[in-house]
Amino acid sequence: MSSVTQNEPEKLTKKALKADHPTWCPGCGDFTVLACFFKVLEELQIPHENICTIAGIGCSSRFPYFVNSHGLHFIHGRALPLATGVSLSRPDLHVFAFGGDGDGFSIGGNHLEHCARKNPNLTYVIMDNFVYGLTKKQTSPTSPIGFQSKTDPNGAMDMPVNPMKKLVASGASFIARTHSNQVKHMTEMFSRAIKHKGFSVIEVLSECTMFYKGAFDDGNPRKGGTFEIIDEKTGDGSDEDMERHDISSETEAYALADLQYPGKFGVFYKKERASKNDLEQNLIKSGQEKSGDLDAKKLIAARFKAMR
Amino acid sequence: MSLLAEKSASANGSNDIKDAVIRLAGNSQDGIQTVGGFLARLAGRSAQEVMTYMTIPSTISGGASIFQVRIGSGEVLSPGDEADFLIAFYQDSYENHLSSLREGGVCLYDSDHVEPDTSDKRFTFVGVPMTSTTVEAIGGSARDRGKNIFVLGLLTKLFELERNKLVKIIESQFKRKHESVLRNAMLAFDSGYAYETGDVLSQSYAFEPGEAVEGNRITTDGNTALTYGLLAAGVRYGAGYPITPWSSIMETLRTELPKYGGTFIQSEDELAAISSAIGFAYAGHIAVTGSSGPGLSLKMEALGYACMAELPLVIVNVQRGGPSTGLPTSVEQSDLMQAIYGSHGDSPRVILAPKDVEDCYYIAIEACRIAKKYSTPVIILTDQSLSSRIEAFPEPDISDVKEPTLDLQMQPSEFRPYPLDSQTKHAPPGTKMAEGKYPVVTGLEHDEWGHPSSNPELHQEMTNRRRDKIKQLASSLSKLEIYGENEGDVLLIGWGSTWGPIREAVDYAKRNNQKVSSIHLRHIHPMPNGIDEIIENFNKAIVVEMNDEGLYGYGQLATLLRARYSNPKILSLTKTNGLGFKISEILEGIKNA
Repeated sequence: MSSVTQNEPEKLTKKALKADHPTWCPGCGDFTVLACFFKVLEELQIPHENICTIAGIGCSSRFPYFVNSHGLHFIHGRALPLATGVSLSRPDLHVFAFGGDGDGFSIGGNHLEHCARKNPNLTYVIMDNFVYGLTKKQTSPTSPIGFQSKTDPNGAMDMPVNPMKKLVASGASFIARTHSNQVKHMTEMFSRAIKHKGFSVIEVLSECTMFYKGAFDDGNPRKGGTFEIIDEKTGDGSDEDMERHDISSETEAYALADLQYPGKFGVFYKKERASKNDLEQNLIKSGQEKSGDLDAKKLIAARFKAMR
Repeated sequence: MSLLAEKSASANGSNDIKDAVIRLAGNSQDGIQTVGGFLARLAGRSAQEVMTYMTIPSTISGGASIFQVRIGSGEVLSPGDEADFLIAFYQDSYENHLSSLREGGVCLYDSDHVEPDTSDKRFTFVGVPMTSTTVEAIGGSARDRGKNIFVLGLLTKLFELERNKLVKIIESQFKRKHESVLRNAMLAFDSGYAYETGDVLSQSYAFEPGEAVEGNRITTDGNTALTYGLLAAGVRYGAGYPITPWSSIMETLRTELPKYGGTFIQSEDELAAISSAIGFAYAGHIAVTGSSGPGLSLKMEALGYACMAELPLVIVNVQRGGPSTGLPTSVEQSDLMQAIYGSHGDSPRVILAPKDVEDCYYIAIEACRIAKKYSTPVIILTDQSLSSRIEAFPEPDISDVKEPTLDLQMQPSEFRPYPLDSQTKHAPPGTKMAEGKYPVVTGLEHDEWGHPSSNPELHQEMTNRRRDKIKQLASSLSKLEIYGENEGDVLLIGWGSTWGPIREAVDYAKRNNQKVSSIHLRHIHPMPNGIDEIIENFNKAIVVEMNDEGLYGYGQLATLLRARYSNPKILSLTKTNGLGFKISEILEGIKNA
């Protein structure tokens, strides 16, 4: 049909994936998230036109402009239900949603919970900086108690959200936590999340150098902190394996989530269960079988006949 | 009221009647809707016009409920101002609804529960021990279940309805249930049919044969008609959140869409519902979401996004009564301004309104056509009365129904989704881009390529562009048809479900030598051009609508028409009591204008 031909290189490279230069402040943790995302896409070689990046509102939600792929920059907090619509109706696509702590845990908190329940095929990266950056330093849902912001000059008083606990309770089927200074670890988490069937979420502690400098130094060995990776069970039957983290256990995931900050990093929880995409496809399959695989015209005609 | 005289002449003069309004009053669990539905389907199969009207209490179970069915041999346009027959199941149904009975009308009551004031000589009272006779007929532990079917039998005899056709309808309704259900129903039906009402009501009534219609007719309610319009137009994806009276549309879509290879998701809230629908639209499909007034308010921010990003979307709003939770099971047309102007900033979109149940089907198809062609959100403003009332109409022609296709054709390097000089065209994800440059759809102001930009001239140009495409639609719409003469004293202007009562009011006024005509808007925003020229030929133009006259004395559409045409001839007739317009109220409005 089309006379248009593609001049795009066959192989997906980081160069092909780069778009506008990010508008983030120098030193922002989100740069590393973007770099790791490129790296993973390069590794996985997903067809370029099938990559779809979606975000809400916030500094990190500018993400789609910085990735050369089909993308959508939506309204505050609603990236997940939108991404669910894209994912459910287009099994050919790889759907990624990006956002921050305000977008994901505050204005979009309800959607995060329900997206986790529904388990659509998509990967959600939350760049958590414990502060509202785009609006210049207000308290965020993950700001620790005592954090001084423009809305809490005397220190934040509301109990912060515990993202890992919230996600486990909501029924998310893949939950991981990483740090923006840990490129290797983050890339590994991304890769495992993308390969997971269903809803995969990664919380990346991503420093806001402008409004919450040093927030995550405790998890950064180069700043004198400790980056302790979760030791996952291997199933080798050894005594030491008994002590390792069972990623299929909600109880153990809660225990990890209760650790004193900065806690541990890695996969907290993973459960194989049917994705919403699969469940809806089953419904379609059985619906079509029951109705005798009729086309739209015949289905409507049959219904009208019954209404006579 | 002179309207009554006209009706009594036709009902009392002979056994042959043209038109009858039967009101069944009982409780919501008595199954009176079932009886009304049977009568409506029978009329639909018997070349008779039919229209129903019902009220349902907004309680989970129980509560007073009515079902009114108007059957006629001529054109039936409204549910009828007053009932010719009132069937009262309980004392309170009798007390609350006797006022809806016309003088000379018949009150048929359950003498096991109702003690009427038989000294009231305005009406004919006929007592039938409905409950005890039903229990006797069915026997066993059935209690009084089945008295609705008993009443159906009684009415079948009284109106000389086609018994065999009705039995078939009953059978098809109950065939999926246990055989004892059908057996009991038939026992109750036969018992009602055989019941002798005695001397008081010696005559029975027979409808004059209606004009034979070519082809099949279907009998259904507005929400169902609208749902099948969406399916016929190729809608395969949607999302919603339950709210009365929209829920039945999402229930049907959830059940039906998988058969069509599609998906309807129940979302966690209204915001998620429209967001998922926008996701479907972005993915290249024509998608639907819907709600009722409160839910439409919740969807407004995302609706603004769809206007800005120019994504095709159909939003069904089944209007109910009042602000806030208001009157969830009553009718009103007070969401017009919200539909047109809701959301922030300048966000032009399209508003359509169906005029009757049949039109619910066609308006859904029109909404999808416009949404796709102009890449815009389209709101369908239907209402509670259309949602549940049942009408019979010619079976729609579905010969041009096609399976929807997804256009993922590769786009050239010069591809621009928002060209300043032509229609919006998106490249949904999955589309290959010739130069490998992929588009980002955004709610930020953007240039022709979709890149964010806050350039002042560009914002003006893009605002113009989004407005002008909707104006282009306006100029493509055909001129409004005038019902009645092209000139005269009063022009009635209506939109939505007031179509029927307005038309009946015009008919009545004309018979009484008043120079009254009407026009009706299906496309409300943009409205078709040329309304000013029509108004010119009348002394007064009265906009009839079910919303409040507001602080400045004009209903919502009247306000818009006055703003557009600055014509002092444009007057307003409004009501907000949760009920539709009576013919008499419109006639009164003409008199007082």
